Amino acid sequence: MLVKVFVTPRKGILDPQGRAVEHSLRSLGFKGVSNVQIGKYIVFQLSARSAADAREQVQKMCERLLANPLIEDYTFEVEGE
Amino acid sequence: MKWGVVRFPGSLDDNDTLWALNEVMGQEAAILWHKDTSLKGAQCVVLPGGFSYGDYLRCGAIARFSPIMESVARFAADGGLVIGTCNGFQVLCEAHLLPGVLTRNRSLSFICERVHVRVENAATPFTCAMRQGEVLRLPIKHGEGLYVAPESELRQMEERGQVILRYVDADGRESDDANPNGSMHSIAGVANERFNVFGLMPHPEHAVEAMLGGEDGLKIFRSIVESVR
Repeated sequence: MLVKVFVTPRKGILDPQGRAVEHSLRSLGFKGVSNVQIGKYIVFQLSARSAADAREQVQKMCERLLANPLIEDYTFEVEGE
Repeated sequence: MKWGVVRFPGSLDDNDTLWALNEVMGQEAAILWHKDTSLKGAQCVVLPGGFSYGDYLRCGAIARFSPIMESVARFAADGGLVIGTCNGFQVLCEAHLLPGVLTRNRSLSFICERVHVRVENAATPFTCAMRQGEVLRLPIKHGEGLYVAPESELRQMEERGQVILRYVDADGRESDDANPNGSMHSIAGVANERFNVFGLMPHPEHAVEAMLGGEDGLKIFRSIVESVR
């Protein structure tokens, strides 16, 4: 199965990278841009018994290593179920 | 007194820490390899600065799972003294041995300069040789030193005296200008609730001889020695 994990800065946490990029996009003329967030995209193959098993494993991966809940939110997709 | 200085792949300040402890202070400090589990009888464990595991994913996030860290966590749970400087502070936060987390500096720039920090709690093993409110001049060198914790937790930490060092100006006054990285509450160093684990972004090991530009770092190591005696 193909797993895609998206990690983004938590709402309300200072995201200076997002702010700098937002400022830059606006100065390029993209006036409608707002709420830019810079995060991480982690993608990998996972062999698991079932989609439910895969999701359970990925959930644990996110909690233990891939994201720090104090400053980051995460979502993930499991493809090829 | 016996010290253990952990060496992760990517540790940078381990040798300077050994120099500060052994050559300058006459202590008995040895390297603890990250793949080992023995703390070699250390009475205080130091997690040095650097870029453990290349700072991949998040600073300290991978080092946290190295074999030595299990021993360090057990040692801390038994009340053993642990100090983490810079990357070591980041590792301690990721390992949940300290509250909060360190993230990208407000300026997005790597900062390398001397700063002033004020001792907010002199009644800990890491600060007992200093005066309450004493101002230290110490170097910082980091890209990710902005301290973040939930506001409710920060309030409790402030009440319990867990905020040990705060960025201030040379006169000891807190201000936004004196906060080099944008840390919440200008926090430069925190302890756990039991006050046996301490993390700080400044580098005491780089301030142990006049020729290095100051000796204020010695006050932290001396405090630890006094607290153990």
